[in-house]
Amino acid sequence: MTRSVVITGVGAVTPLGVGARALFERWARGESGIEEGLGRCSEFDPTERMSKKEARRADRFTQLAVTAAGEALESAGWNGSPPVEPERVAAIIGTGIGGLESLGTQQDVLRDEGPKRVSPLAVPLMMANAGSAAVAMRHGLTGPSFATASACAAGTDAIGTAMRMIQSGQADAAVAGGAEAALTPLARSAFAAMGATSESGISRPFDARRDGFVMGEGAGVLVLEDAEIARARGAEVLAELRGYGASSDAYHLTAPDPEGSGAARAIEIALEHARVAPEDVDYVNAHGTSTPLNDRSETEAIKHALGEHSTEVPISSTKSAIGHLLGAAGAVEAVATVLAIRERLAPPTLGWEAREEGLDLDYVPGKGRELPEGAIAISNSFGFGGHNAVLCIGAA
Amino acid sequence: MPATVTKENVQETIVEAIAKLGPDPSEITPDATFESLEIDSLDLVELAQVIEDEYGVAMKSEDASRLQTVQDAVDLVVERAS
Repeated sequence: MTRSVVITGVGAVTPLGVGARALFERWARGESGIEEGLGRCSEFDPTERMSKKEARRADRFTQLAVTAAGEALESAGWNGSPPVEPERVAAIIGTGIGGLESLGTQQDVLRDEGPKRVSPLAVPLMMANAGSAAVAMRHGLTGPSFATASACAAGTDAIGTAMRMIQSGQADAAVAGGAEAALTPLARSAFAAMGATSESGISRPFDARRDGFVMGEGAGVLVLEDAEIARARGAEVLAELRGYGASSDAYHLTAPDPEGSGAARAIEIALEHARVAPEDVDYVNAHGTSTPLNDRSETEAIKHALGEHSTEVPISSTKSAIGHLLGAAGAVEAVATVLAIRERLAPPTLGWEAREEGLDLDYVPGKGRELPEGAIAISNSFGFGGHNAVLCIGAA
Repeated sequence: MPATVTKENVQETIVEAIAKLGPDPSEITPDATFESLEIDSLDLVELAQVIEDEYGVAMKSEDASRLQTVQDAVDLVVERAS
């Protein structure tokens, strides 16, 4: 008998504010956290949850991860210690890039002051696994901990990997998510150079006028537990993590397969893992980046995987409100999906007005859409390199 | 140009540098041990970089590992710099 995995805690830091509720409620009200073409976490203060010393030993992406994890563990009611042996708890935090700002700072030090002045903190600040290390260390979690690196699918792969670890018996619980803080001039120039980011600075997924993604930063973290352990301790179960599917396009360095066949396969695997029929999906939290290529191939993928039901299911993109959080995106969107199921509301795709030929699904324009009781949702994430990862989340 | 080396001067520089690493300035007394201030080997490398900048005194990791208190660090710099 495969173990069931439930979600007992959520935490997020996003351009809509600090906290999972701020993310969901503001998005549901149609508010955007994007300012001047960027999704910055301008309200974030790392010292709210970290000492001065901890904060200076952490890159911003790690600070975001620690803050989201702190909220997730509080909401799970762990109260300072896990409900199982700490060695049975995994900490998996994905990131697209890691400590890019720290790397840039130290590159400047090397150039301007010489090799002897490079900080001894340079490596622990910039390493991509710093988020998972900091979360494990802070909460004394001694099970497996590492980062997943699959670009914009990293957060989703972290959560899916943690789910599989619990199901296989490698852990009983996990703190899993993603974090990103890459709004540096270098990263912005680099994404602009490949034509991925929006020149207009407007995130409007699936709209005919979309012209690229808006870069954002943030973190999302979930607490996952074996369902029986959560039940035994009387935990409030927020939702059930029912399935995870992953695949690769093996098609192009950055462009998605236009047919969306790899992405469709990831959706199908996630549904199969969840034992959910395509027609039982009540909501799709899309990857929906607002790039011309993604939104078209994702639409194809959804059509392929959900068949005729694809025209009936509400599909919305969190990125319309916060931009693209890269390696944190899938984790933040999983948090939003959990709350959408609980609140029985699919928030809208902000800014959607103009239909493009072939992009003819229900992208939830204008206002949010009511979801049925006991809803089942999927959350899609696709990364440069052809990484596809999909979670299936169901009501508790 | 290295700063003037007086005991007071060196102490002030070192206390200021340690405060940037995290500890509360009121706790950084001459007798305070690095252990009690939670100053670890990574912090000591940062401190050594400040000392070398200010006084031209190179502090190797074996020097740093012998330091127990704030006063030890001050004494080492004063001795080496004069």
